[in-house]
Amino acid sequence: MAVTVSIPTILRTHTGGEKTVPAAGATLAEVIDDLEANHGGLKARLVKDGTLHRFVNVYVNDEDVRFAGGLEAKVADGDNVTILPAVAGGAR
Amino acid sequence: MLTIRRDLVDAMVAHARRDHPDEACGVIAGPDGSDRPERFIPMLNAARSPTFYEFDSADLLRLYREMDANDEVPVVIYHSHTATEAYPSRTDAKIAAEPFAHYVLVSTRDPHSHELRSFRIVDGVITEEPVEVVESYRFAHTGPDDVPEQ
Repeated sequence: MAVTVSIPTILRTHTGGEKTVPAAGATLAEVIDDLEANHGGLKARLVKDGTLHRFVNVYVNDEDVRFAGGLEAKVADGDNVTILPAVAGGAR
Repeated sequence: MLTIRRDLVDAMVAHARRDHPDEACGVIAGPDGSDRPERFIPMLNAARSPTFYEFDSADLLRLYREMDANDEVPVVIYHSHTATEAYPSRTDAKIAAEPFAHYVLVSTRDPHSHELRSFRIVDGVITEEPVEVVESYRFAHTGPDDVPEQ
């Protein structure tokens, strides 16, 4: 399955400045492994201890993967995968 | 340095006051490459908490798509601290992921006067910067000359 992945500003150091890159896989986990093969260092920014980082949001098309199986979320040919760091913080 | 119009400062403070004692948060978008905050976008604090804020994940996606379509970037990312000073917490610094944004903090702990400060946060390192409040960007020398000013 060929998908297009949108890369946020902070991670573009891993993609030579590219805002979108192609990747392949049938699940989000496979897409991330494929990304890692071509853009080393990305996986560690997205995944920790086998799950997505708490403050990284990943969407397949319009759906937050947290509500679609997380790393096991299915992706289909032509899907758009969007990575966005959470905008969050707090007083403590 | 952050150069910002007074009406945008007033809008951030008003939002922070309105949501007090919960933290308020939002973005001021501006043309890519201009470093000029222009479009005020108050966001919902999905955490609805006096000690934490987080943009709702669906709102976040909509916001970034909209900015992309407009060739905008988040020039300012603001939030309030409602019982502490206007300085990024350890959590703020750890999560901050927009190295080119001005992180503006508004403290509403004093009901009569607010505190507003601006920071860069890059790789978890906090650097405070001066804030210049202007009535208009016309004479403030912001942005390249080929970007129309408002």
